[in-house]
Amino acid sequence: MELILGRADSARPSRQRPESPPLLHAVGITKMFGAFKANDGIDLAIRPGEIHALLGENGAGKSTLVKILYGVLQPTEGRILWKGQPVGVPNPSAARRLGVGMVFQHFSLFEALTVVENIALALSDRKSRSALAREIEKISLEYGLPLNPSSVVADLSVGERQRVEIVRCLLQNPELIIMDEPTSVLTPQEADDLFVTLDRLTARGCAVLYISHRLEEVKRICHHATILRHGKVVSECDPQKETAAKLATMMVGAEVRRLSSDLPPPQNTRTRLSVRDLSLPQPHPFAVALNNITLEVKAGEVMGIAGIAGNGQDELFDALSGERTCGTAALVSIDGKSCGNIGVTARRRLGAAFVPEERLGHGAVPRMRLSDNVLLTRHATGDHLLRGGVLDPDAARQLADRVSRSFDVRKGTPDPEAGSLSGGNLQKFVVGREIDRQPGVLVVSQPTWGVDAGAAAIIRQALIDLARSGSAILVISQDLDEVLEIADHVAVISKGHLSPSRPTSGLTREEIGLLMGGMGEPLAADRGAVHAG
Amino acid sequence: MRVELVRRGERSAAMAYLSPLLALLLTLIGGALIVIVWRLSTVDLSNPETGGFFGALQQGFVDYGRFLYVFFIEPLTELWSLEELVAKATPIILVAIGLSLCYLSNTWNIGAEGQIAVGAITGSILPIFFPDWHGPLMLPAMLVLGILGGMAYAAIPALLKIRFGTNEILTSLMLVYVAQLFLDYLARGPWRNPEGHNFPDSRPFDDGQLLPTLFGTNIRISLTFVFIAAFAAWFLMRWTKMGFQIKVLGQAPRAGAFAGFSQNRMVLLTFLISGALAGLAGICEVAGPIGQLRTSVSPGYGFTAIIVAFLGRLNPIGAIFAGFLLALSYLGGEGAQVALGMSDQTTRVFQGMLLFFVLACDSLIFYRLQIVRNPAMQTGTVSS
Amino acid sequence: MTALMLEGILLTIITAATPLLFASIGELVTERSGVLNLGVEGMMAMGAVIGFAVAHSTGNIALGVVGAIFAGMAMAALFGVVTLIFVANQVASGLALTLFGLGLSGLIGDAFVGVPGAGLARVSIPGLSDLPVIGLLFRLDPLTYLAVAITIAVSWFLFRTRGGLILRAVGDSHVSAHALGYSVIRVRFMAVLFGGACSGLAGAYLSLVYTPQWTQAMTAGRGWIALALVVFGTWLPGRVAVGALLFGGVSILQLHAQALGVGVPSQFLSALPYLTTVIVLVIISRNRALVRANTPAALGQSFVPDR
Repeated sequence: MELILGRADSARPSRQRPESPPLLHAVGITKMFGAFKANDGIDLAIRPGEIHALLGENGAGKSTLVKILYGVLQPTEGRILWKGQPVGVPNPSAARRLGVGMVFQHFSLFEALTVVENIALALSDRKSRSALAREIEKISLEYGLPLNPSSVVADLSVGERQRVEIVRCLLQNPELIIMDEPTSVLTPQEADDLFVTLDRLTARGCAVLYISHRLEEVKRICHHATILRHGKVVSECDPQKETAAKLATMMVGAEVRRLSSDLPPPQNTRTRLSVRDLSLPQPHPFAVALNNITLEVKAGEVMGIAGIAGNGQDELFDALSGERTCGTAALVSIDGKSCGNIGVTARRRLGAAFVPEERLGHGAVPRMRLSDNVLLTRHATGDHLLRGGVLDPDAARQLADRVSRSFDVRKGTPDPEAGSLSGGNLQKFVVGREIDRQPGVLVVSQPTWGVDAGAAAIIRQALIDLARSGSAILVISQDLDEVLEIADHVAVISKGHLSPSRPTSGLTREEIGLLMGGMGEPLAADRGAVHAG
Repeated sequence: MRVELVRRGERSAAMAYLSPLLALLLTLIGGALIVIVWRLSTVDLSNPETGGFFGALQQGFVDYGRFLYVFFIEPLTELWSLEELVAKATPIILVAIGLSLCYLSNTWNIGAEGQIAVGAITGSILPIFFPDWHGPLMLPAMLVLGILGGMAYAAIPALLKIRFGTNEILTSLMLVYVAQLFLDYLARGPWRNPEGHNFPDSRPFDDGQLLPTLFGTNIRISLTFVFIAAFAAWFLMRWTKMGFQIKVLGQAPRAGAFAGFSQNRMVLLTFLISGALAGLAGICEVAGPIGQLRTSVSPGYGFTAIIVAFLGRLNPIGAIFAGFLLALSYLGGEGAQVALGMSDQTTRVFQGMLLFFVLACDSLIFYRLQIVRNPAMQTGTVSS
Repeated sequence: MTALMLEGILLTIITAATPLLFASIGELVTERSGVLNLGVEGMMAMGAVIGFAVAHSTGNIALGVVGAIFAGMAMAALFGVVTLIFVANQVASGLALTLFGLGLSGLIGDAFVGVPGAGLARVSIPGLSDLPVIGLLFRLDPLTYLAVAITIAVSWFLFRTRGGLILRAVGDSHVSAHALGYSVIRVRFMAVLFGGACSGLAGAYLSLVYTPQWTQAMTAGRGWIALALVVFGTWLPGRVAVGALLFGGVSILQLHAQALGVGVPSQFLSALPYLTTVIVLVIISRNRALVRANTPAALGQSFVPDR
């Protein structure tokens, strides 16, 4: 344990951008989707041996650019120079032949296949499985990425899955590795391990294109940064020499809004949401069982549940919303009423509201209009959207308009299909649809996942405002910064267990990180020991 | 240069109406090919009297002209064939309305043909066991029994899906064969008319057991059931929460669960509705145009209704138009058999082809075709 | 029961199982790539009629078989274009393929109704074919050997070759396969074509070996039973082969029962294979873990790449 903490704190060698001609030079890359310019004349030069950050908000064009470099998309205009020579990258295999590897943000793994099969699929040369398995073991030792080649991917944790992606990439002996938000799914400790691997790579002359919006991280490990906004390069800099605030301003193009919570969380208020000793078995083999979950959210406070994806967040959300009921009513209660055994509609009638992680297909029906999507969660909550059993489309449209106005949902037509909105606007709508009800209890999963900074600020502010008006808010989030920013109390979920909650003030990222890594029990039992060690 | 599908931001309202027409046009072109190839295959191309290949080709075009006439025009020119058209359209549309609701909820009942047979059987219980009962309640009772029979039979695949997760496509289809064999058994065995000279039919139904006709024509009252069912289904889908549930669960089951709607209930409900309408169609055939129970009561109406449901854009009102068009194809097929000597299977070829084109053209509602010329950097990977 | 009778029954079971095996192994490959093609019945009917027509007009049964393969592939190609390129709903398109295939086979077969066909001679393997009872396994028709060979080859291909790995990967996650640079649509198209070829073979077996003649709707729901067999075999070739024998057994059982004149109406016995299918499907789907573990995750989902 000391080792982990020690390495995180150790001073790093000063990072100097290597002086060498670019390995990859993208010149004037433009990509049109219909009339929309996702990339607009982008120039990017990556030198061998450097970690080059690509910074930008969601929707700034980072993913599009990266997909073009890796051959998944074709640019509308522009060219790519590899070691000074113009090249075409018609598909990912061509990119791999050049020496470009990629670690995807949403992993490109096959759940039903084994680790060795997954890796074999990315390699163009045909090796025997056993030879490949030996190579995997060798590489994983070399870079500190332990893996069992014969396990099935469906059984692996998120961190292990990322290791598969990285090992798969390394086996191709790449000269450039593209990493798309690699730490967004890792605990701070796992992220530290990743940075060690990256150092070993660059020491051998390999270049890394590092996509992230975590500025502290970029400042710590990157030699150079290119900043995108609205599909254009707005700046290049050495991130070590800039402040995080300066970098953020470059990304967003304006001062980032600070959240305001003028009122402190009220003390000694009544409990509005409580869960007692809730245990539920796995609904299917790839899911997580919940174990003795106990939590309490009081009026006026925001409670955060941090944790790495796949540790039971989805199962907890379903159990709280009532999409999955549990046999005993007393396990969950809303405003003192036991409701463990009743469904989502009945819980809404008790004054609760829910926002699931997945916007499309769970929180909203993509091919239905906003006015229909309003009906989805508010058909039985006394909003007069039905008159004598018959739908009232005008009332639904008015409600949709009210939500759109108060949450600044930008839309092209008065009542567009949900799927045609951008991620940020749809998220504002889905959150706004619930907050508009002034619910007594609100459970939100990943409130700002994949949302631009402007929309995220609006959503977080609205959550805090709702809490201060007397509601109880539960935020389930993998984004540690978000949890630390808006929650008054925080608990960590790991392998279906929930740690006791603690006040957010005075809590460090490292402490939460240890809880996220599944070390909740020793920390809760004896905090002093860890600090002493 | 190649053609690619590009996702539209929103669905195209124009294409929603144009795509069935486009599909029809493509089917007519495909039909021309089939008729001409058929003509080429039936004549001796080396015989100079028939004009060799080009003579046969010319004959093929002439045949297609006649084919179009007997297929689409002739049945509309005489009263008896119009009556016949209505008689065929009635069961097809009734079934298609139910199937539209099923398919909108992403539930796949493809066993309507079997539910028709069971509706015909259960609806016939009363006139067969109480041949002398002609009271005013006889016919309504027959219809209700037919509906209940269709519902009960449709409930089997639905309950198996809910309880065990069994694939409803396969079970509902397998049950078609079972129902047809059972009907065959009844008509040849215990329910055969003892005075029927060993023909495999039941006793003929008589007045009070047959659906009344309208306006002195041969059009039966079952036509009004079509309009009632279509209106009710349209109202359900457009104006009620139930219709909203069907659409949500069909498009996004997780969102449906989040809204508090039950997928299982909806599977059962849509199967029951479609089974009820298929059962009604079955008894209306027996107590209508056929007039007795036979070894077979439907020439594939239950399958044709699948095409009608899609051609009508899964809209109950659309099903009426599509149903008449497909009924026309039955009459047209018979006409082509008489006039040109083509197989009675021509109808099914046309129906299958039409469904294919309808499905392909439906993509144009959500996607548009884009011709890509010289896609960027299509050439070699490394030019050094 | 004499050995001769036993041999006779075994032989009929194997001949009844062969068309089911062809069709279900083909569909298994198609489904492993993530495509659900419900048009097996239609492709089989086309294979049967084209196989018969070609064999009849050329006098060469081998050519008939080749013709049937191409007929099945042509039908499958139609399905592939509509579902893979035009991303139409696979369930509905499969139904369309069945309706179209049954109709078109009827139209083409009109000229061949009642025409007697020549059966396919059996091939004996010297030495082995003289063994008692099991000797019959070595004097079967060549198509049955082919069916067994295809089953083994598919099993080897899926789990021992790179091509099979790619096929399973595409069926597991088309998004990941696309991101790695595999052409999802091309892989699926080939799998669909293979399924069509196998269905064509199944049809040819019916019209050239099983009952060497053409009759309307002679497939009699076997295409649908083949689809059920894929589920029954949980997408594993060996289990599918066992299932095909089982269903061959059921259909022969009812034929023998009818011939013996047991006191049950013939229609009830004829319904037996269909009822068995329903019951077997229920039993297998009760074990959800088993089904879920092998079901291709992307089965039935359309794929449109971003460009």
